[in-house]
Amino acid sequence: MTPTVLPCGDCALVLQIGETVDAEANARIIALAAEMEARALPGVREIVPTYRSLLVRYEPEEVRGAELERQLLAAYEHPARAGAEGRLWTVPCLYGGAVGQDLEELAAMKGLSPDEVAALHSGAEYRIYMIGFAPGFAYLGGLPEILHTPRLPKPRQNIPAGAVGIGGQQGNINSVAGPSGWRFVGWTPVRTFDPGRAEPFLFRAGDRLRFRPIGADEAAALSARAEAGELLISPEPAGEASR
Amino acid sequence: MSVEVLSAGPMLSVQDAGRFGLRHLGVSSAGPIDMAAMALANALCGNEPDTAALEFAGLGGSFKATRPLRFAVTGGLCDIRVDGRTVPPGESHRLRPGETLAVGVVRGAVWGYVAFSGGIAIAPVLGSRSTHLRSGLGGVEGRALRAGDVLPLGEEAAEGPCLRPANPARAAAIGRGDGPIRLILGPQDDYFAPEIVARLTREPFTVTPQRDRMAMVLGGVELPAARGHDIVSDGTVPGSIQVPGSGLPLVLLAESQTTGGYPKIATVASADLARLAQTPVGGEVRFSVVGREEGEEIWLAHRRNLRAVLGDLVAKPEGALRSDYLLSCDLVGGFFCPEEIVQVPLSQDGGIAG
Repeated sequence: MTPTVLPCGDCALVLQIGETVDAEANARIIALAAEMEARALPGVREIVPTYRSLLVRYEPEEVRGAELERQLLAAYEHPARAGAEGRLWTVPCLYGGAVGQDLEELAAMKGLSPDEVAALHSGAEYRIYMIGFAPGFAYLGGLPEILHTPRLPKPRQNIPAGAVGIGGQQGNINSVAGPSGWRFVGWTPVRTFDPGRAEPFLFRAGDRLRFRPIGADEAAALSARAEAGELLISPEPAGEASR
Repeated sequence: MSVEVLSAGPMLSVQDAGRFGLRHLGVSSAGPIDMAAMALANALCGNEPDTAALEFAGLGGSFKATRPLRFAVTGGLCDIRVDGRTVPPGESHRLRPGETLAVGVVRGAVWGYVAFSGGIAIAPVLGSRSTHLRSGLGGVEGRALRAGDVLPLGEEAAEGPCLRPANPARAAAIGRGDGPIRLILGPQDDYFAPEIVARLTREPFTVTPQRDRMAMVLGGVELPAARGHDIVSDGTVPGSIQVPGSGLPLVLLAESQTTGGYPKIATVASADLARLAQTPVGGEVRFSVVGREEGEEIWLAHRRNLRAVLGDLVAKPEGALRSDYLLSCDLVGGFFCPEEIVQVPLSQDGGIAG
């Protein structure tokens, strides 16, 4: 995959590979982000991997863009370390209910029962392509094609944190409460972002994720524990699962 | 040791330099819209430039302190009163316990700053005191300040004199100017036909009322994208000019989303972003295009200039009026009538402050 470096003002650069959503390109970008973190080049302020490009913010008083561009391309072409496979998370999910308010309508649109939608949704393994938009907001790839559904024409206000949604070809878990045009099929008591916690952010780009259907009683019990600051879930270490 | 908010404008918030290193986790930096103005307000109070201070849009607010302090207001011209006595922006003044500081409407600009000596010492969240209003992080409960909020103050390193810039005109000119706002094209300028890219620099844009700490929408010129207004989402920075389907450019600011799915036709030069953001609603904006290297040079010059101003502050005489002090004052901006000039140093406790 041939990289292109795009200008992004006088304090940032973008290295891009391709213009599509592709797991392999995404894995290379995440590996490049890790490579750049490890190289700890002077003047580099932020390293932001997205679907198929890496944004690097820098301070021109410490490194000029032309020099950083050379360094970035060298890191891409000759990485000193192999990219690591992401961790695997299993996220409990209560399908339907007040938060999963779109489950029945979405099932009807697809000619499926709500249980069939939940089974399809929880039967897939997702890849976290990137974290963006809002603190800890994970964009999930790997949604079964039959569940691909356009976003709502008009966003709804006040969707709670933990809402599990579908937007086009992607899945998500709302990390913070707020307006959203996604269609929501469930809710997880897991808080993917909590600034008061020792580990505020649960997920990283490149991690993998599955949903485990739970009932209302278990959801309530887990919610009480999350309220007390518990993480609720821990990942299987990278590389051990599924391959 | 604290400052109490007696009344607050609609967008009064605590800001420090910002929250860095978390963009890959979806957290944009927040921090001041006009970093140079906040740095100057802090320096005038003897603080480090990135100390937590207050930012406001339009109307400031009124405040009382529980210990004697120095404060400074920057960002633009502003009606500032201590117990009804008018004092000018752009230099520091003393506020004693019991006195009320009232910060009025900033004029000719949008974003104003109020710094207090010792700084605001609320607990940092994710490494910063900056309020991220959209994410509800930092500051006081992640929200804009309101009447009744009490802000703890940090210790003053040393009780110093009130300060003003040795060259007030140079200080006021930091990050300002009359020329076009400079842009660096990309990363997605290739989504637009050449004649549309040419509109960027040929036609004047206007600042619309759709603006906050996240972004500002420009009007007057539409920029339709030949390749469509959807890209595979990628990273954004403050200054990114996104063009959604409306064709009206959206300039991202301190609280922007960290990623976005609209093509970005250009990025505002870092040294000019505050000037753009400080343009009042209805104001006309013209752009010019520079290369990355030139943009970097402009930024380096801006930083040198700012450091020079921050490093060249002089103590204001406190006590008797001196003619050399009066002659060095900007008597047009800030003072309202001769009586007020005379009242400035002769405060109730005899004029020997501190």
